[in-house]
Amino acid sequence: MKYADEFRDKEIALGLARTIRAETDPARPYRFMEFCGGHTHAISRYGLEDMLPKNVRMIHGPGCPVCVLPAGRIDMAIRLAERAEIILCVYGDLMRVPGSQGASLLKAKARGADVRMVYSTIDAIRIAEENPEREIVFFAIGFETTTPPTAVMIRLAEKKQLSNFSVFCNHVLTPPAMQNILESPDIRNIGRVEIDGFVGPAHVSTIIGTAPYEFFAEEFGKPVVISGFEPLDMMQAILMLVRQVNEGRHEVENQYSRAVTRDGNLRAKEEVSDIFELRDQFEWRGLGQVPYSGLKLKRTYATYDAEVRFGMNELRVDDNPACECGAILRGVKKPVDCKLFGTVCTPETPMGSCMVSSEGACAAHWTYGRFRDHQQRRAS
Amino acid sequence: MCLAIPAEVTKLLPDEMAIVSIDGVSKEISVALIENLVVGDYVIIHVGYALTKIDPEEARRTLELLRELSVEGQGVAP
Ligand code: SF4
Repeated sequence: MKYADEFRDKEIALGLARTIRAETDPARPYRFMEFCGGHTHAISRYGLEDMLPKNVRMIHGPGCPVCVLPAGRIDMAIRLAERAEIILCVYGDLMRVPGSQGASLLKAKARGADVRMVYSTIDAIRIAEENPEREIVFFAIGFETTTPPTAVMIRLAEKKQLSNFSVFCNHVLTPPAMQNILESPDIRNIGRVEIDGFVGPAHVSTIIGTAPYEFFAEEFGKPVVISGFEPLDMMQAILMLVRQVNEGRHEVENQYSRAVTRDGNLRAKEEVSDIFELRDQFEWRGLGQVPYSGLKLKRTYATYDAEVRFGMNELRVDDNPACECGAILRGVKKPVDCKLFGTVCTPETPMGSCMVSSEGACAAHWTYGRFRDHQQRRAS
Repeated sequence: MCLAIPAEVTKLLPDEMAIVSIDGVSKEISVALIENLVVGDYVIIHVGYALTKIDPEEARRTLELLRELSVEGQGVAP
């Protein structure tokens, strides 16, 4: 695959690992959080941690949209799907996410609810056109990458004058969550994570650009390097972070310049700001209520807002108390610290959301990391 | 679900749609978010949409830099 294979070259990766080793100061720790689930996945898949010196540690962040969706929002979607007139369209990853008491959309579907997996928001529009007598609700989730496709879909629904179509909006924003990790007072309950720098999101940044991180790097004195998802991209980004730490800099740097600019995708940003506005706050699994971190449809688009259209009530439910997703999403704990990991909780029977999506820290560790643990144990 | 992949635009269709090729496999996607797209451009696709164009010149420069950086640490024990 062009623009992917070249960035996976093993020799260059080993060379970068040597350069990182040569430049790190063995006397100090380098703790970098990769915000994005795509990076978490890549680190596990390519075994990047094995190539890094021991004092360079990667901390997995909360950047997996499926993982941060609170169980209450899943329950709300299940209630919608149980109504006979509704067809609920969802991205496939959402089917297994646990709501309260082991409920999931997959189980609701098995009981007869009309839940349909779609690959793209365009599919949801087609389903609405084909079923004029039913109500079609699109379960919208995701960060800044998936929001523009939802916006385009609403614009299309308006253009096609679809009167049987609405959106259950759960879109969230990256920068407020990064900020929350660094400053939330309640984080002290599980122990604050020490972070020396951030690997910034790749595809989120194609949309929002690098500018929104500038305030953040300045205010918190932490370096941010926007990085692509391929292994060489990540190794370079880690080297760039090491250099910033060594030189006492805290700037926003862009490793992923082939796809990311300072201003991002203006057209996509316009689509989003035409249709959405900020919520005062939104609940994140693991982070709690985060101010100005979620989006809702503007009042002028209220007919497309499922929460308004169906008078949906906010549901709050507590997560399974044994599940450590909350601490894992904040980088305070690792998947293996959870008693349920790999025993009760596996991708087949996920107890928490971090085990559902392939970008979740628990699922990534289950798929790739546990063999490494095993090998290391045998070696020692 | 954040995974996104590079693909080559092989045909522009009406209604802001296009056909892309991913390692020879064709797929129809929306290009409503991209301006001035031409056949032969590479884009990053995610949930059926092109998010951005890939800048070939920047990609070349990054690869060059990666090669340079990878030899800077030579002589250090792996
Ligand atoms: S292993 Fe399962 S129960 Fe434990 S933290 Fe991960 S998702 Fe939650």
